[in-house]
Amino acid sequence: MTPVVEAHALRKVYAMGAAEVVALAGVDLTLDAGDFVAIMGPSGSGKSTFMQIVGLLDKPGGGTYLFEGRDASNLSADERADVRSRRLGFVFQAYNLLPRTSAIENVELPMVYAGVPERRRRSVAIEKMELVGVAPLRDHHPNQMSGGQQQRVAIARSLVNEPGLLLADEPTGALDTKSSADVMQLLSRLNQEQGITIMLVTHEPEIAAYARRIVTFRDGRIVSDARNAERAA
Amino acid sequence: MTIQATLRLALQALVRNKARSLLTMLGIVIGVAAVIVTVAIGVGARVSVQSSIDSLGSNLIVVQPGSVTQSGARGGFGTASTLTPADGLAIAALPGVASVSPVVTLRTQVVAGENNWQTTVSGVAPTYTFIRSWPVASGRFIDQSDVSSTAKVAVLGATVVQELFPNGQSPVGATVIVKGAPFTVVGTLSPLGQSGMGQDQDDTVLIAYTSAMERLTGLTTVNSLMISAADAKDVAPVQQRLTQVLEQRHRIVAPQPDDFQVRNLQSIAQAASQTGAVMEFLLAGVAAVSLVVGGIGIMNIMMVSVTERTREIGLRMAVGARAKTILRQFLAESIVLSTIGGMAGVVAGTAGTLLVAQFAHWPTAIPLQWIAASVLFAALVGIFFGYYPAQKAARLSPIEALRFE
Repeated sequence: MTPVVEAHALRKVYAMGAAEVVALAGVDLTLDAGDFVAIMGPSGSGKSTFMQIVGLLDKPGGGTYLFEGRDASNLSADERADVRSRRLGFVFQAYNLLPRTSAIENVELPMVYAGVPERRRRSVAIEKMELVGVAPLRDHHPNQMSGGQQQRVAIARSLVNEPGLLLADEPTGALDTKSSADVMQLLSRLNQEQGITIMLVTHEPEIAAYARRIVTFRDGRIVSDARNAERAA
Repeated sequence: MTIQATLRLALQALVRNKARSLLTMLGIVIGVAAVIVTVAIGVGARVSVQSSIDSLGSNLIVVQPGSVTQSGARGGFGTASTLTPADGLAIAALPGVASVSPVVTLRTQVVAGENNWQTTVSGVAPTYTFIRSWPVASGRFIDQSDVSSTAKVAVLGATVVQELFPNGQSPVGATVIVKGAPFTVVGTLSPLGQSGMGQDQDDTVLIAYTSAMERLTGLTTVNSLMISAADAKDVAPVQQRLTQVLEQRHRIVAPQPDDFQVRNLQSIAQAASQTGAVMEFLLAGVAAVSLVVGGIGIMNIMMVSVTERTREIGLRMAVGARAKTILRQFLAESIVLSTIGGMAGVVAGTAGTLLVAQFAHWPTAIPLQWIAASVLFAALVGIFFGYYPAQKAARLSPIEALRFE
C-alpha cells in the first residue's frame, strides 16, 4: 500500500533578515495509512514547519515529499489548495471556527470550497457531527460553546472531505485536562474505528501518549522514532 | 466556485456583521440618493423650461416687419408696416410650411355687460389654434367663413373669461364690446399659462384677422406672420425660402436691408435645453463626488475587515480556498455592499425627490437611465475600491494568517 506521507531529506531554511534559520535540516519520514503519529519536540525544533510542509501549507526548501504517492514538492499554490481541500483535514490549537457562524455551517465550510452541492454538504456535516458527538450543537455559535465543544466541531470540520491525513497542531493546547483527554480519546477512536491517519503535533508527553508512534524533533532533525508501547486511552 | 456560491459567501460574511455593513453602505446610499435628487431637480427644471417653450411651438417661425427710420431715428422691429396677408398666402404655398396665420394685435378695452378689462386683442387666421397648439375649451374657434365675411365673432382666453364673466356663466353666445364694436363670443380657449418670458398668454381675445384690420386698426398690414413648419428639421429651409419670397415680393435687392425680420423658437429652445443639460451634469458631478467618497469608505472598512479577519482567511485557505477564491469573496463583499447601497440610494433618492416635489413644489423628473447609471456606478465604485483590500487578503500566506494574533 502506498504510504500517506513519504518525506526524503526535507529541508527548509528561513531568512531572518541577514541570518538564516534552518528549520528542517534533512528529515526522512514515512507514514502509512491508518497510523497515528505524534510529532514532539521543543519549540524551534522544526516540528511545526514539518507539519506545514506535510499539510501542503508550505513548500519544502529541498528534498522530496510524496503525499499519497504523488510528488507534492513542487505544486503551485492553487494545486496545494486543491489537495488540501480534498485530501487533508486540519485541527488547530485555536479551533479557528468562523465567529458568528453556526457549528454546522463551520463544519460545512471545507465542502463549500471543494464544490460539494448544498444538500449533500448538510447531510455529510450532520453525519460527521454525530460521529464526534456534537450533533446537538449544530445551531450554536462558537461563543456559545466550551473550548472542548469547539474543538470537536473543528474535528468534525476536518473530517467532512474524508481526508487521507488529519493534521492536528497542538489540538489540546488551549484546553483543560478533562477536555484535552476527551479530545484525544476522540482522535484515538477516529484512528481505531474509522482508520483515519493522524499526524499530531504536540510538546506534551501525556498528549503524545495517545499516539501509536512518537517521533521527536530537535534542531530540524528527527532524533527518535519509536512505536508507543504504553498507549493511553 | 460558482458566482452564486461566491455571492452567498459574501452575503453570509456581510450579514454576520450587520451594523458595520450598514454603516459602510450609508456612504453609497447618500451618494446615490444625492445624484438622483439633484438630477431629478435638474431634469425637472429643464423639462419645465422646455415645455413652456414647446407651448409656443418649437416649429414656430415668426416674421415681423423691420424698423422704420424717421428723421434718422430708427424704430424697433415691427414699427414698419410692410407685411400683408398676401405675404402670408405666398409663404403658405412654400414647401415645408404646415400653416400660416397673420397676426394683428392691439391693446384695447373689452367690455361685457358691467365688466371691462384691458387686454390684447389679436386678429388671427383659423390656423392659429393649430400653430400655437392651443385647443378650444368650449364652443368653436374662428373659421374660414368668419375670415371671409369679416364676422364680428371672438374667442376668449381663460384670463379674459375670468375677468369678464366672473360668475362662472358660459361666455359662449354672449356679446363683448371691442373698441365700440359688438362681437359675439363663439368659443373659449383652454388655459395655456405663462409664456417662457412670464407673460400671461391667456390674457387675450382672438378675432378674425380680417375683422381686426377692417374694424379695429383700419390698416392693410399685419403685425406679424406666424408660420408653423411641417417638421422641426424644416424650420431652417423654410426660413430661407420665405426670406427669398419676401425679398422678391417687397422688391428688396442685395445692398438694401430687409424690411422684415425672421425668428424661430428653436434656437431659443436649444439654448435653454443646453443650459439645463450643463446644470444637470454639474449637479450630478458634485453628487458623484459624494459617491466616490462613499467608495473610499468601503475601501477603508474592507481594509479593516481584511486585517480583522486574517485568521479567518488563513483558515479558509487551509481548508482549501484558492487565493483567487479569497479575492473573489472579498471583491464580492464590496460589490454587494455598494450595489445594495446603490439600490437603497435609489429608493432614498426617489423618496427625497417626491418630498421636494411635494413640499417645495419644484418640478422634478427621475430619468430611468440616471437610476441605472448610478446603481452601475455604485457597483463600479465597489469593484474599484474593493479590489485592493481583496488582493491584500488573497496574498496572505495561510501559515502567516493562521498565526496572526
